[in-house]
Amino acid sequence: MQRLRITFSKTAAMKFSGHLDLHKTWERTLRRARLPLAYSEGFNPHPKIQLAAALPLGFTSDCEIVDIWLETSQPLANARAALERAVPPGITLIEVAEAIEGGPALQTQVVAAEYRVLVSTDLNPEAMDERIAALLAAPEIKRVRRNKEYDLRPLIESLARTESDALGHTLLMRLTAREGATGRPEEVVEALGAEAAKAAFHRQKLFLAETVAR
Amino acid sequence: MLTPEQIENKLERLLPTVEKPGRYTGGELNSIVKDWGDPQIKTRVCVAFPDIYDLGMSNLGVGILYDILNQRPDTLAERAYCPWSDMEAVMRREGIPLYSLETKHPLSAFDVIGISLPYEQLYSNLLNFLDLAGLPLLTVDRGPDHPLIVAGGHATYNPEPVADFVDAFVIGEGEDVIVEIVTTYQKRKAEGSGDKLTLLKQLAKIWGVYVPALYEVIYNEDGTIAATTPTVPEAPAKVIKRIVPVMPPPLTKMIVPYIDTVHNRFPIEIMRGCTRGCRFCQAGMITRPVRERSVDQILQAIEDGLASTGFEEIALLSLSSSDYDDILELVRRVGEKYAGKHLSISVPSLRIETASVELMELLKDTKRGGFTFAPEAATEKMREIINKAVPTQQVLDTAREVYSRGWPTIKLYFMIGHPSETLEDVQAIVDLCKAVLAEGRKVLGNKANVTAGVSTFVPKPHTPFQWVSCDTIEQIIAKQSLLKRTLRGPGLKLNWNNPQETQLEAWFSRGDRRLGRVLLEAWKRGAKFDAWQEHFKYDAWQEAFAVCGLDPQFYTHRPRLIDETFPWDHIDIALKKQFLTEDYLWSLRGQTRVDCRERCFACGILPRFTKMREQTPVEAWECPEVKPKHLRGKQTVSLELPVQSA
Repeated sequence: MQRLRITFSKTAAMKFSGHLDLHKTWERTLRRARLPLAYSEGFNPHPKIQLAAALPLGFTSDCEIVDIWLETSQPLANARAALERAVPPGITLIEVAEAIEGGPALQTQVVAAEYRVLVSTDLNPEAMDERIAALLAAPEIKRVRRNKEYDLRPLIESLARTESDALGHTLLMRLTAREGATGRPEEVVEALGAEAAKAAFHRQKLFLAETVAR
Repeated sequence: MLTPEQIENKLERLLPTVEKPGRYTGGELNSIVKDWGDPQIKTRVCVAFPDIYDLGMSNLGVGILYDILNQRPDTLAERAYCPWSDMEAVMRREGIPLYSLETKHPLSAFDVIGISLPYEQLYSNLLNFLDLAGLPLLTVDRGPDHPLIVAGGHATYNPEPVADFVDAFVIGEGEDVIVEIVTTYQKRKAEGSGDKLTLLKQLAKIWGVYVPALYEVIYNEDGTIAATTPTVPEAPAKVIKRIVPVMPPPLTKMIVPYIDTVHNRFPIEIMRGCTRGCRFCQAGMITRPVRERSVDQILQAIEDGLASTGFEEIALLSLSSSDYDDILELVRRVGEKYAGKHLSISVPSLRIETASVELMELLKDTKRGGFTFAPEAATEKMREIINKAVPTQQVLDTAREVYSRGWPTIKLYFMIGHPSETLEDVQAIVDLCKAVLAEGRKVLGNKANVTAGVSTFVPKPHTPFQWVSCDTIEQIIAKQSLLKRTLRGPGLKLNWNNPQETQLEAWFSRGDRRLGRVLLEAWKRGAKFDAWQEHFKYDAWQEAFAVCGLDPQFYTHRPRLIDETFPWDHIDIALKKQFLTEDYLWSLRGQTRVDCRERCFACGILPRFTKMREQTPVEAWECPEVKPKHLRGKQTVSLELPVQSA
């Protein structure tokens, strides 16, 4: 058994493919690539595919990660070439590496995610910076999501404006992404007093436990 | 008119606000995007299914036509479906017209729009679709610069209820005729004759094309049809259905959706037509003659299809898979080839016999589906009336075999509303389901269960039951409440249809051209997505009938005389009306016909398609061989050719 760790981008129409659909897309990609995808045992076998962290519908990304188990080991270059030919439009391979076969589940390894968000508002850059500073200085940020109140502040690990132009302000934010403690960039945008519906979200980095010293 | 770029930009902003935006993006694997600036491309066609993407993408016919058209260097084909109501609201608010998924061109920019109409519940969506495209609904209001609206599919074997809205119908199989329609359109465009009537007349000359605007309907005083007659010499008195002599190479490069759809799998049609002759079944009458694909061709198609799509499920499709000549060999070879490959294989439409269970056992090393059987009626007498004669003992033997091989669930399909049916016959459905369950209990105990799907029979045009009157809504409700009361308990599950939706299907199935006004009035009152219970507006339909001064019962509950002229009598499906009449009369006497592979009942296919049969390999059709005239002895069948006379 071989565990491949594939880093890929998700763009174009693919950004509207949800988490479960993406799972199916990878199964089909592997089948088209004729790579020996491993399946679980049991009465209803399912493909051994693990996606790192669900990407909200409509977000683009160039840092998505999927782990895939193969029945028999393949040279990485061959696997990558087969996958290149088989990925659908909207998915581009960035890296194909080997992961430790018996290592922990991928989704448990994610600790944080970094987003680049284009926010269109009437605020000038200085005003936006003030709001960001105020948000970061706040001891807590009470938000309600799905009828549940929670504190957004501890989930924001960093937040800054990187540039502004005619289209709006580009914000860079690093948010916690652990089970039961996942910061959502739309919530940060709303907390800044801007409209999430008018923002464009892009995930550009996923931090895994093994690469982060904490 | 918005440009594709403007539409793209609006979508970029709006799609994140709607449910399942993946329905509206296009760009899927294997979709084909051609360049609109390419001077080689003469004709732009949009193929469409007037319901949401999730359903439309599961329609094999649309996929086949898309593929055939795109194989032509002079043609491009793109797709469009109905937006769901949330997206429709956004599009209307933002002024976004219906657009094609491939290049986001407004539908009004296309030359031809081909719309699939497999069932009547889509008719209100057809109007909504045209309206969202910004097109006039009525064919008389559309000029030469509007796209030509072509429709086909099983519902259009009675095209009259939607005759006011469609420019040309394809009656029959679309693979060859769609190309002839496109080339005829190109020729007219090249000649520069900008007159729509000229185009329509040219189209009417194509075998299998019906142009309703070129016909006049004359009614009797009682509302029945006196005659439907052509008004121009180009239009044939009878429009003969189109068939392909041999099944063409199957579609393998299917589009793979980004989101889940109803049938998210690789389908392969193994056979077209059915030799059983069930009297209620329109598909079995209109898709004759029976043609099969070879086992080798099917296996190759599966291999190619899986390579290009990666689908993890395949379906071997036909009206009656058990009747496919080499079904045993086919299933054995598929089962062997894909053993251990985690492929789901479904073989729907199996006969109720223990051989079907043995057949499924051949797939034991793949992910096979469950068992669904369709006795359709629960007593032997009623099954004789509908010509689906299966002894009850055989049903029980088959059930025992299924359960004893470990399948815990059997699905049984029945219909209520068969001719002469009484409450006792309905009670028999309950008894049969319980008897089947009892067989399961013997071998599996409480694990065994039965799901009964009980739909309501709607008499269809071109069938031996086209004369039969429907149950009234009160009768249906009485029968359904009997079922709901008694078909219950552990291990039993009952599904049924909304009786009001059945009424809609029944009005249109045997409707006439006057229903076009009703349709328009109902659509104006908000009727759309009639196949979706949450959208279905019975009141809108009732009001529409009242406004038009028509009685809905006229179409459903009126007994029809044996010599009545029907609104679809000028549509010739190549069965002699006399054959249907005789079969109807036989049903009244409980007389059955055997499978026509055993004996030819001279339904009319061979005399109509004699020439074609002569030129087709013997094994390609299940109908008896027809020798060329000079090799025959005395022959009595006429040698009428399958071409429309002017």
